[in-house]
Amino acid sequence: MQTSQLPSSVGTPRHERGGRGDDIVFRARGLTKVYEMGEVRVHALRGIDLDLYAGEFVVLLGASGSGKSTLLNILGGLDTATAGHVSYHAVDLTQADDRALTKYRREHVGFVFQFYNLIPSLTARENVAVVTEIAENPMAPNEALGLVGLSERLDHFPAQMSGGEQQRVAIARAIAKRPAVLLCDEPTGALDSHTGVVVLEALERVNREMGTTTVVITHNAAIADMADRVIHLSDGCITGIEHNAHRKQPREISW
Amino acid sequence: MRALTWKLLRDLVHLRGQLLAIAMVIAGGVASYIMAASTLEALRITRDRFYAEYNFAEVFASAERVPNRVAAELEDIPGVRAVETRVIAPVSLDVADFPEPVQGRLVSIPERNPPTLNRVFLRSGRMPEPGAAHEALVGESFAQAHDLGPGDTVGAIINGRREELRIVGIGLSPDFIFQLGGGSSFPDEERFGMFWMHEEPLAGAFDMEGAFNDVSMSLEEGASTGAVIERVDLMLDRYGGLGAYDRMDQVSHRFLHEEFRQLENMATMIPAIFLGVAAFLLNVVVTRLIGTEREQIATLKAFGYGNFRIGMHYAGMIFLVCLGGTLIGTGAGYYVGRQWADLYAEFYHFPFLDYRLRPGIVLIALGITMGAAVVGTFRAVRAASRLAPAQAMRPEEPAMYRKTLVERLGLQRFLSQPSRMILRDLERRPGKAALSALGIASSAGIVILATFFIDAMTFTAETEFGVAQRQDYSISFSQQASWSAVHEVLDLPGASYAEPFRAVPVTLRNGTHSFRTSIEGLVHEPRLRRVIDTELRPVPIPPEGILLTDYLAEELDVGAGDTLTVEVMEGSMREAEIVVAGTVSQFIGVGGWMHIDSLNRLAGNGRSVSGVYLAADQGSAAALFRALKEVPIVSGVQDLQTAKEKFYETIARQLFIFVVFAAIFASLIAFGVVYNSARISLSERGRELASLRVLGLTRGEISYILLGEQALLTLAAIPVGFVMGWLLSAYLLSSFETELFRIPLVIHRRTYAFAAAVVLAASTFSALVVRRRLDRLDLISVLKTRE
Repeated sequence: MQTSQLPSSVGTPRHERGGRGDDIVFRARGLTKVYEMGEVRVHALRGIDLDLYAGEFVVLLGASGSGKSTLLNILGGLDTATAGHVSYHAVDLTQADDRALTKYRREHVGFVFQFYNLIPSLTARENVAVVTEIAENPMAPNEALGLVGLSERLDHFPAQMSGGEQQRVAIARAIAKRPAVLLCDEPTGALDSHTGVVVLEALERVNREMGTTTVVITHNAAIADMADRVIHLSDGCITGIEHNAHRKQPREISW
Repeated sequence: MRALTWKLLRDLVHLRGQLLAIAMVIAGGVASYIMAASTLEALRITRDRFYAEYNFAEVFASAERVPNRVAAELEDIPGVRAVETRVIAPVSLDVADFPEPVQGRLVSIPERNPPTLNRVFLRSGRMPEPGAAHEALVGESFAQAHDLGPGDTVGAIINGRREELRIVGIGLSPDFIFQLGGGSSFPDEERFGMFWMHEEPLAGAFDMEGAFNDVSMSLEEGASTGAVIERVDLMLDRYGGLGAYDRMDQVSHRFLHEEFRQLENMATMIPAIFLGVAAFLLNVVVTRLIGTEREQIATLKAFGYGNFRIGMHYAGMIFLVCLGGTLIGTGAGYYVGRQWADLYAEFYHFPFLDYRLRPGIVLIALGITMGAAVVGTFRAVRAASRLAPAQAMRPEEPAMYRKTLVERLGLQRFLSQPSRMILRDLERRPGKAALSALGIASSAGIVILATFFIDAMTFTAETEFGVAQRQDYSISFSQQASWSAVHEVLDLPGASYAEPFRAVPVTLRNGTHSFRTSIEGLVHEPRLRRVIDTELRPVPIPPEGILLTDYLAEELDVGAGDTLTVEVMEGSMREAEIVVAGTVSQFIGVGGWMHIDSLNRLAGNGRSVSGVYLAADQGSAAALFRALKEVPIVSGVQDLQTAKEKFYETIARQLFIFVVFAAIFASLIAFGVVYNSARISLSERGRELASLRVLGLTRGEISYILLGEQALLTLAAIPVGFVMGWLLSAYLLSSFETELFRIPLVIHRRTYAFAAAVVLAASTFSALVVRRRLDRLDLISVLKTRE
């Protein structure tokens, strides 16, 4: 994969492009993933067709084992499909090798994990810097941390922060390189409702202000209310897609 | 099978790389131990069997000429079981195609066959026929050195007449395992040969009909050796007896005894240190390995397993690893020990080799490694189970870090985030870092310990044969000669400078301490054969009194200014008191030195010499040897280069073999340690590194974080390893003194460099393996799991 072919508009806010969400970021056709686990073949994805648009906030909703994580992993360049195609803009992710996928992740994708995955030996600022140091046009670490409301905690180590704060550092780390897409795997899964809302607010703000295409997977249906689109997955198939006419604010949500 | 047993088996498969590396550490320690212990035991058993089956005597005496009837009287001494009398005579030999003079010793075998004591083992050929005047058995070492066998002949100057000795067989005997010619400190199988002949022709040639000049005795169980010796001395006194002695003063036995002692020092100390280091490393590795199983331990505890059950589960894993390592080590140690023992048997010319591996030795090795491992296991399990299960299973609180000293000094702008991670990780857990570094350091240390001997031995040889001894040749006379012999030697082709020496066999006594040796008489400030101290300064020979090697002074419990009793063990057999003028630290041998004039006065003869040290032009060596063969009084010529070679062959080579294997095993340990250290770090930090990969860091970038830390630890460990190697070597030497030599602590830079190279090679190898693992990190699982 030649990342130099990627459109230069990637990662710039939606309102500057005027495409009003019509740009297709991901296009998946017949996406299939089969895991061979010994003698058992597990069909994690059974021929998914899906388009994701620039700047939209998508929630992938499904029970455990529905295939939502597999889909996210393939979109994020962490896993490859068994059959079918997925492209990021004009680039075919299904054909990319490890080096190309690393470069793709490095330049275009931000990840947020359920368990934050911060580096314990680095401060909040440095956890962000570990990514901005290898990015091409990053924002300053304090700016990213400011976006998630952690301007006061720049020099704290993970051990000195609450779970919600740690997750917000993780979000700051993910967005600091101005990625085109932000992929979040159960970002509030390890948090209580109140702290979870603070984290969701940070995600919502990033999506709104930076126009980052945001995909959140969760089994928490309440979170779906804040999405542009909600995609329901079950047993490796898309079982429904909802459009929310009105995105709820995170503080209006509770569970 | 129980579930935990399944877990045990699967864990073994899962952790195979690391466990194999641990097993290698154990195997290295065990192999060196087994090799040394089994070889030593084999040599001892073999020697004792040889002694027993060939009736090695217990008391020995020689005299000028004793009538045969005295033998019966000797047999009547209470405590004596058997008596064997012999005629032993020195000869000059002439071996075809060998230019240098060769000394020989003819030993009689009784007409009735076989002798009761000191029986000869026939390696090949047959015994001489009774009445066949010129038939002889040749000693195996001499036969091998000159490629002699049954059917060959050797010229011998017997009582001034040249005779041809016809070799009919090759023999070995327990009293001449080591054969030392007069004037040499180490066996020289080329220039000294043993021959056995029938008594009649030998006695005839040396005017010994109806008489003997050598007697050996075996004793009844519980007999007092001292009392027997006293009686023998009394009886032989009027026949020119030179003093009876026991096995400890018998040249061959004494030499063998000292050699074994030296081997024992080396072969027990080094493996003990190896095994100790291996045990320590095992402990460290096991502690860390089990530390990474924290969550599983918590889960088991949550199910209701007790600490002991869990401990036993991990102890089972460690037991299997120890067993595996011990088996590998035993196999390797047995194989190498067998080769080593074979080499020794060949070197000592034992007729057979009794090499068996006693199960006890293996059990000791297993016990030591198991003990160390079990302590490490239970300590780690206890630490892991100190947490309440629920707490251990919750997401682990991020570990507490702080800014490092480097950063507090304001130097962080020079450091990337990965570099900060490395430094903070080291600083946060200094104990862990120190243990890892210590493990790597000790592996470097034992490599030094195993290899520094080469430096020390080379230094010893170069000092002795270069600084102390600077003559080209030492020429010994078959009897005392007058000073004019010195001038005669100077007239020989190529001779440029000569210095006389006098050697007198003596027994030195101080109270109950006594020591048989010989005193060497030298001129006041010798230029060729110098007495030097450990600072390599020449020590002048005092005009009066005796200089002693400090090792000997200690044995005799005397110091400068004390008085010693000297019994001259030749000719006059005088006894005198002498003052110890001083002591000298020396690397090789033990002995005493006196001024040649004062020694001659002590021995009760005029200005006589036993030989000459000669500086000569090397170019005319052939002419010199030819001329020397024509001088009847010359019994032996030793050139310095050969003496040095003999030193290396006799002692150094034996140790070098050990050193080479020890170095291999040490390297094995080093590999095991470094590899484990890296692998455990990988399992401790795999998740963190995988997260970084997901965030877009390349394989190279995350490798830098992990391997950079390893590299830093390794670099820090190497100088520490140098210090440890030095300390271990010094410790080893402190208990390492024999009559044969005392080794100085000399470690060359190349030895340090070698140890560093071994560790660096091990690190590079480990880094490559870990790098391969890093390339295969599972990026997906890290999103979902905590550990």
